[in-house]
Amino acid sequence: MSIVPSLLLILIPLLAGVAVLSSGNAVAKPIALGASLLTLAVFVSILAAFAPTAELQFVYEQPWIQWLNITLKIGIDGISLIPLLLTAGLVPLIILSVRPADYSRHSTLFGLILLMQAGLATVFLARSAFLFYLGWEAALIPIFFISGIFGGEQRAQITLKFFIYTVAGSLCMLLALVYLYSQTTAVARDDFDMLAAAGRALDAPTQGWVFAGLFIAFAIKMPVFPFHTWQPDTYTNAPAPGAMLLSGIMLKMGVYGVLRWLLPVVPLGVASHQNIVLWLGVIGVVYGSVIAIKQSDIKRVVAYSSFAHVGLMAAAMFTLTAPGITGTLAQMLSHGLTVVGLFLVVHHVEKSLGRRDVGSLGGLAKEAPAFAIYFMVILLGSVALPLTSGFIGEFLMLLGVFKFNTTLGVVAGLTVILSAVYMLRIFQATLLGPKVDGISALRPLVLAEHLVFSVLVLAILVLGVYPKPILALVEPSVTLLVQQAQAIR
Amino acid sequence: MLFLGFYVPRTWLLPSTMVSCALGLGAVWYEKMHTQELANTFYNLPFVNGMMGMSQTACLFGAIILTAGLLVLPFAKNMEANPRAELAELCALTLFAMAGALLMVTYKNLIMLFLGLEVLSISVYILTGSDKSNRRSNEAAIKYFLMGSFATAILLFGFALLYGSTGSFYIASLGGPDLLSGYNIPVDLRLAGMALVIIGILFKVSAAPFHFWTPDVYDGAPTVFTAFMSTVVKTAGFAAILIFLEPFSSDTDHLFWAKIITLCTIATLLVGNVLALVQTNYKRLLAYSSISHAGFMLIAVLAYSSDTVDNILFYSLSYALATVAAFGVYIVVADSRKAEGIEVLRGLAKDEPLLALSLSIALASLGGIPLTAGFIGKLNIFANAIAQPQLLPVLFVAIGVSVISVYYYFKIIAAMYMSAPIETGLVRVSFAQVLALVVATASTLLLGLAPGLLSFFYAG
Repeated sequence: MSIVPSLLLILIPLLAGVAVLSSGNAVAKPIALGASLLTLAVFVSILAAFAPTAELQFVYEQPWIQWLNITLKIGIDGISLIPLLLTAGLVPLIILSVRPADYSRHSTLFGLILLMQAGLATVFLARSAFLFYLGWEAALIPIFFISGIFGGEQRAQITLKFFIYTVAGSLCMLLALVYLYSQTTAVARDDFDMLAAAGRALDAPTQGWVFAGLFIAFAIKMPVFPFHTWQPDTYTNAPAPGAMLLSGIMLKMGVYGVLRWLLPVVPLGVASHQNIVLWLGVIGVVYGSVIAIKQSDIKRVVAYSSFAHVGLMAAAMFTLTAPGITGTLAQMLSHGLTVVGLFLVVHHVEKSLGRRDVGSLGGLAKEAPAFAIYFMVILLGSVALPLTSGFIGEFLMLLGVFKFNTTLGVVAGLTVILSAVYMLRIFQATLLGPKVDGISALRPLVLAEHLVFSVLVLAILVLGVYPKPILALVEPSVTLLVQQAQAIR
Repeated sequence: MLFLGFYVPRTWLLPSTMVSCALGLGAVWYEKMHTQELANTFYNLPFVNGMMGMSQTACLFGAIILTAGLLVLPFAKNMEANPRAELAELCALTLFAMAGALLMVTYKNLIMLFLGLEVLSISVYILTGSDKSNRRSNEAAIKYFLMGSFATAILLFGFALLYGSTGSFYIASLGGPDLLSGYNIPVDLRLAGMALVIIGILFKVSAAPFHFWTPDVYDGAPTVFTAFMSTVVKTAGFAAILIFLEPFSSDTDHLFWAKIITLCTIATLLVGNVLALVQTNYKRLLAYSSISHAGFMLIAVLAYSSDTVDNILFYSLSYALATVAAFGVYIVVADSRKAEGIEVLRGLAKDEPLLALSLSIALASLGGIPLTAGFIGKLNIFANAIAQPQLLPVLFVAIGVSVISVYYYFKIIAAMYMSAPIETGLVRVSFAQVLALVVATASTLLLGLAPGLLSFFYAG
């Protein structure tokens, strides 16, 4: 049995995660950081060798459960490359940003983060339905414990609600996947290509049912309006690394799920629900933004901004156009970078001053100029200013929505203005203006935090100025996906 | 075993009971090796004048029953310390119960089914009431005995009708009124008999609406025997249903019993899960969860196909392993902390991380979370049932209640990991108990990750 590099993306964090969980606090962070950097190195080598075609690469296949014809199959194409890049890149940053002093049992925290990474990588790599579902749930369990053990005051109830909500979605998906599996051949198989072929062969009403099962799971995970009610509480109550994992990477499971397991699998079902989803997405954009503007807790603002952004991603994907989908992929990266940055900013403010309320903060920039600059760049990336990573994604997505329906495009375009309003509002309220009495200065950033912020800022700028290398790797797969999704018409 | 109590110290009794179990397991294994080349049905290798039959499947069901017994027994350890407990009798009764259960997985004749069921039931009635000084234990025993006798009567009435219409007690002859073809026997009589027998057995596996005894009995019985009951009795009951239904596989028969069982399945799934939601008593919660698992296994029975037996075997095994761990951890914690209810488990992760982990894995498996055996069990059942359109409503109910079940299982996990302990006290765990928990937990994970390892489990 030869080890394919793509398998290492799962195995390294998995084994390291178990090791860290059973190790002591003293060595936890170095081991976790080392393992995540090693994973990143493996991924960079994959990236370097990745050929810009629509073909599945780095394939590893192994029979698994023979009496059900279930296989273990993983591989990478242009679509899965982006979330994998995000996972491999962000996890080391998240680990680096955690100050062990903030958590009493940080070996548990680091172990869970690594296990989460293994689960996420499984989701993005899986090419067989069983493995996909396994990864989908396996990623959920570590975050359940991260939020539940290290979260805020009402952590038990909120985490349980989040968990039940997503499990409900997963079970709908399971039913849909098992149905597709039973329709493949005389002897059922769970290979992705065969499942997709079986799905495309179904008649329109049946495809509609399968669509519903899959969409509910993905919509809850993203979340799309009106499946979002778990999200603000969960993000706000989760500890900083948990919120980063949830919004930076886990949210992309839903987006990726739509791109991989929904659009090419039940095109007829997609076609008949396309309009509904587009509207839901656009409603999410406006609704999320308006609520974000009214929030006083800066962590909640970031949570709602994430909800608004993902609404646009959902809408853009369902236009089934090349710009819409490419834009979604670009925004996956950009949103991952900015939201992790924003949660880090919030965490830093909260840990230094013990408060997150806009009314109780102000004038922090004077004593922390570097922090202010980092915050500004991340914020600009989030509101999609040209020359930041956010612009590429948002521009392409809006282009896709405009092409599809001008009215929707105009409404969705409000996101640019609205996001500037809520983001600049929290910037102003925390960093500018007169200093509020009775609060101390921000804690000076340590080297590790400088490093994390610099990498994020640099990535936001580089992707904004020169996104071409990444987009070129993605393009052939997107073209193929658009063809498959539109083949029926 | 009964008489051994006179001669040897109390501390020898449990080990020797376990040795008996292990010997039984060895015998089953030997038997399985020797029936290897035969086809995978219930009906080969007849013995006892053709009234019982050994087969691959029977061996496997037997293996599950004995394994469950073997894993549960270490938790009876705490009874050694209690001078009022008649340990020798209890050990003997568990063995009798297992003998009855084994009869129920090998019978070919209704008389043998009755014999097995009664040997099992009467032993379990006594085990339920074995905590003599505890009023609830006595109440549970009486309740179980009365309702159990009633179910037995229904079962017997079913036998009578079947005998009246087919002229035979042999399973193989129940398919049609061949022996009495000269007489004018209404077909309905045979179907009515079948329905009554099914109801009698459904009572034993605590399917709704015949489940009313379950919470009280599970709650009242000493916990170790609750664990024993919920694994051994259920496994034996389902094996008995499968054997019994084999001659009724013609279309009209199938349609008839499918109707009864569909209704029971939906009722069982709903009752088990919805009522489990509101339980604060750990044993009652697991009692309702046990009802709901009966519901899932009934789905497999409904989707009657060549995979049904395998699916039930796998589900029984995964359920037995998880249940042993779930009760086992509770027993050691509750005994050490001298308290009861879910409250006892609060903050367990801080004091006893390994026990908490073991219980979490068991509960996740009961909830059907992937990476555990319980998920594969459910997946098997869903995959088999989804090909049959008439089962879709049942499947939707099953999916709905699965979500509910995740809530009440994870509520316990949340209590262990996310709340501060109310009372700390060292939890004492004996070596055999650790071993049983390790075996149960490790097998749960192993079966969840690589169920293929158990390929020897599937004779076909």
